[in-house]
Amino acid sequence: MTDTSAGSTTTINPPATGVGNSVDRPDASAKVLGSFEFSNDLNHERMLWGATIRSPHPSARIVSINVAPALAIPGVAAVVTHHDVPGSPVYGLISHDQPVFASDVVRYQGEPVAAVAADHPDTCRRAMVAVEVVYEVTEPVVDLLTAATAKPVHPDGNVVRRVPIRFGDVDAVGDIVVEGTYEMGMQDQAFMGPESGMAVPAAGDGSIDLYVATQWLHEDRDQVADCLGLARDDVRIHLAGTGGAFGAREDVSFHVHACLLAQHTNRPVKMQYRRDESFLGHVHRHPAHMTYRHHATNDGRLVKVECDIVLDGGAYASSSFAVCGNAARFAAGPYKVPNAVVNASVVRTNNPPCGAMRGFGAVQVCFGHEAQMDKLAAALDMDPLEIRLLNALETGDRLITGQILDGVAPVRECIEAAAAFPLPPISGNDVFDQPGGAGRTADPLAVRRGVGFAVGFKNAAFAEGFVDDTHARCRLENGQVTLWCAAAEVGQGFVTIVRQIAVSTLGTDRVELMRASTADIGSAGSTSASRQTYMSGAAVLKACEEVAEQVRLAIAATHDVAPELVTIEGGRARTIDGRVDVIVADAIADVRFEAELRHMHRETYPLDEETGQGDCDVTWIFAAHRAVVDVDVELGLVKVVEVTTGQDVGVALNPLHVIGQIEGGISQGVGLAVMEEIITDVGLVRNPSFTDYLLPTMVDMPDVRITLIEQPEEGGPFGAKGVGETPSLSSTPAVAAAVRAATGLELTRVPIKPQDIALG
Amino acid sequence: MTVSMPSSVDETLRLLSDDPAATILAGGTDAMVEINYEHRRPASVVSLRRVNELATWSIDGGTVRLGATVPYVEIMNSELAAASPGLAQASRTVGSSQIRNTGTVGGNLATGSPAGDTIPVLAALDAIVEIASVRGIREVAVVDLIVGVKRTVLEPDELIVAIRFPVASGPQEFLKIGPRNAMVISVASCALVINQAERSVACALGSVSPAPLRCGDAEEFAAANIDWTSDGIRITDPRTLETFGSMVADAASPIDDHRSTAAYRKHGIAVMARRALTRATTS
Repeated sequence: MTDTSAGSTTTINPPATGVGNSVDRPDASAKVLGSFEFSNDLNHERMLWGATIRSPHPSARIVSINVAPALAIPGVAAVVTHHDVPGSPVYGLISHDQPVFASDVVRYQGEPVAAVAADHPDTCRRAMVAVEVVYEVTEPVVDLLTAATAKPVHPDGNVVRRVPIRFGDVDAVGDIVVEGTYEMGMQDQAFMGPESGMAVPAAGDGSIDLYVATQWLHEDRDQVADCLGLARDDVRIHLAGTGGAFGAREDVSFHVHACLLAQHTNRPVKMQYRRDESFLGHVHRHPAHMTYRHHATNDGRLVKVECDIVLDGGAYASSSFAVCGNAARFAAGPYKVPNAVVNASVVRTNNPPCGAMRGFGAVQVCFGHEAQMDKLAAALDMDPLEIRLLNALETGDRLITGQILDGVAPVRECIEAAAAFPLPPISGNDVFDQPGGAGRTADPLAVRRGVGFAVGFKNAAFAEGFVDDTHARCRLENGQVTLWCAAAEVGQGFVTIVRQIAVSTLGTDRVELMRASTADIGSAGSTSASRQTYMSGAAVLKACEEVAEQVRLAIAATHDVAPELVTIEGGRARTIDGRVDVIVADAIADVRFEAELRHMHRETYPLDEETGQGDCDVTWIFAAHRAVVDVDVELGLVKVVEVTTGQDVGVALNPLHVIGQIEGGISQGVGLAVMEEIITDVGLVRNPSFTDYLLPTMVDMPDVRITLIEQPEEGGPFGAKGVGETPSLSSTPAVAAAVRAATGLELTRVPIKPQDIALG
Repeated sequence: MTVSMPSSVDETLRLLSDDPAATILAGGTDAMVEINYEHRRPASVVSLRRVNELATWSIDGGTVRLGATVPYVEIMNSELAAASPGLAQASRTVGSSQIRNTGTVGGNLATGSPAGDTIPVLAALDAIVEIASVRGIREVAVVDLIVGVKRTVLEPDELIVAIRFPVASGPQEFLKIGPRNAMVISVASCALVINQAERSVACALGSVSPAPLRCGDAEEFAAANIDWTSDGIRITDPRTLETFGSMVADAASPIDDHRSTAAYRKHGIAVMARRALTRATTS
């Protein structure tokens, strides 16, 4: 052991790339230049291509499947069906109810029936057509309101979950009562990188490696191994370059299919969905139907919230169980609500399956409760801001689940920050500043401006007693830090944040984060629920701190000083006498320091099945949005001019990344408000393309002004909270409220269509 | 798949004569989508990329002759924009910058989609399409070229070489409704071309009929009610504008689909036609 700093008095400061700095992503230039390897860039010289044969029908009985004509095509190496699944025939995130391949019936358009491996994508395409599947079409169940009592879509029944909440005096009555029924259409995550990856069979031992763009490697591994009939260690999942996720990669997609094809051919098999296939091949945001009744006193204080929520889960459960729980718990919004009666349910239909998407159940109800708050304000002749401030939740309040809100809760600060920005000036005459944009339709005499407010909240991390753990390992050797964590980087910036954490604890930016893999470390949990910085960031911090502590003790031993006389702070180690003053990472050479640990948040508990009461959440995240819109009231075209926001972020570890999350979330929120919807017709998707599934362009994206509300969160690394989902909560209802203000129309459904305004 | 890259119109026509089943590739903004999604699997492709004579335009006297593969971006940013402001406006509403850099009016016509953005303008301009084959050249009016949804009178061995239309002699307007403020397929569109010299009004619609649609009754009504003066055109009675909008909407035969509803399309046409005539008569 040598002390590299002995006798030295010159000090080198830790690099200014620690937490709190707007450090660039390590992959930023590669992504801009096009050299970053995304999952669809995966290549192997011996690889085959895989493709999925899917049901064209939303509901049908499979009479027969004949794969022989496909196998006869030169270049086709294998065709697999439900007969070829050696392990569990079904999989799923929460309940295992979804077949790897349909065997007897298909329950949604695009349900996988078989998969083919061939020497070229074009050969796959010909083989897909050659597989003969005879269907007997049956009547699909597509209406969410009658689905519960319709013929069973699935042996598990048509109700995936009901969540009742009974809080306080369920018979309480307010001085004033407002009612409303609201609907939300089906939004898609619309990530840029369609599902893709490659399965590589290992030589000899029957194990397999799957490189895949995913949100949760270990959950994938468990489901894949179960379906393949392999021990979990015999399936190794490695993260491939992931082009966005937003919830749509939480479910297994082609994973088992690719592995089966690789096993059957003993060759690497690459699969990648086309864009139209991607729209059918992943879950979407649940469409919702919500009926609200709000009771308040004459001075505007909430007395009771009553709410019935029905979510359309599609044919399979996916994460519907948890989405429904969220919709119920956050149904009343971030307000002091002394009494509540909520009935939330999620039903099965033959519509496209729905599951996780940014905001996860809280987005739907936020649209409902915020419309109701405006209605209440109007009925009481109050300002929309005033009624929200009057009822804003504070730390120490009781939520409608009976849980005490014991975390940071800057609801008032968020609202005031969003409202504090000056209103934007009247737009100029450039067509791109007008509703209708490039189409040159606007007539200034028909354009009305509207302003709307909304506030939202949800939980961060997993809830309702779900086991939520993460693992991290830190190694320090000769000034080089190596980190292991299986957290999926899907674009959110985990790869940047953990380096910053290492810099702030160990003092060096010589940090390497290893590729996330189930082969190297335990689960990091899902990159979802705004949890990865909060959870895995905390795990990495703890591991780095443990290594720093080992270094501290080693310094004490090396310099023969009492350990308590050696301090570690801000990436530097010092002895009290000043003899040692070095960067932690450089303090001791030729010794490997290593720490690995498992991190969990505080325990949560299930909701009572009768009353919906329970301490089921870990922490909460809040935001408020103000939207300013210009509406051509005659044509119903909308230009969202500006969105301002105050967002509760705990502490921003990387302000630039936080701003990026907020702008991106607002973009999705604006899209949901005025254009984004998967349109179905008796279970068939009508717009599976970016030609017809409209996302906001830069012309549609409003100016965004942001105030970060920084109040450190206990339990978060350096006080950080999750920030990913919050911007998606109240941006949609704020835009809807602004369009209502501009038009005077009730507009109870999003996305708002031009005809809803023009013919409303 | 064989790909031919001829360098002259004559060579192109011979290739098409030898292989009438070949897919003609100009900007590729329609063809490549269809190929990628296997809606067509061409055994052979004839690329027009090197046929320079198709990518030129000229203004001769009162007539614009637009080569079939002149990209939208050039129509927007050259003297063509002054000679045919309606076509420039329509070109600006096509897709994204990338699409406008490569997409062509010839392709717009040959695809013949009801939502083709330049088609209503060309229909209102009474544009003539020059169609060539080894058998010679024939000329067809735009309204006669497209006979149904993505159906044209083009023979398999024929090539659109140019489109001719008069230089603007009065206000032109193109308005297009889409639920997004740029880069969107038309839900409904309306082109208005006023010829001050001839004291005529032409109005054509997009996305509200299977084939290009002119609004004859409304055109005659507007022409009869415009106050034609040497220093501009006026409409004195504002009810004329409303009536014109209604008459144009009456000509439309829209449908319900995943992009919009028939009722909204009809409504939108009435508003756009009124606004177009308002702009044309107050500028």
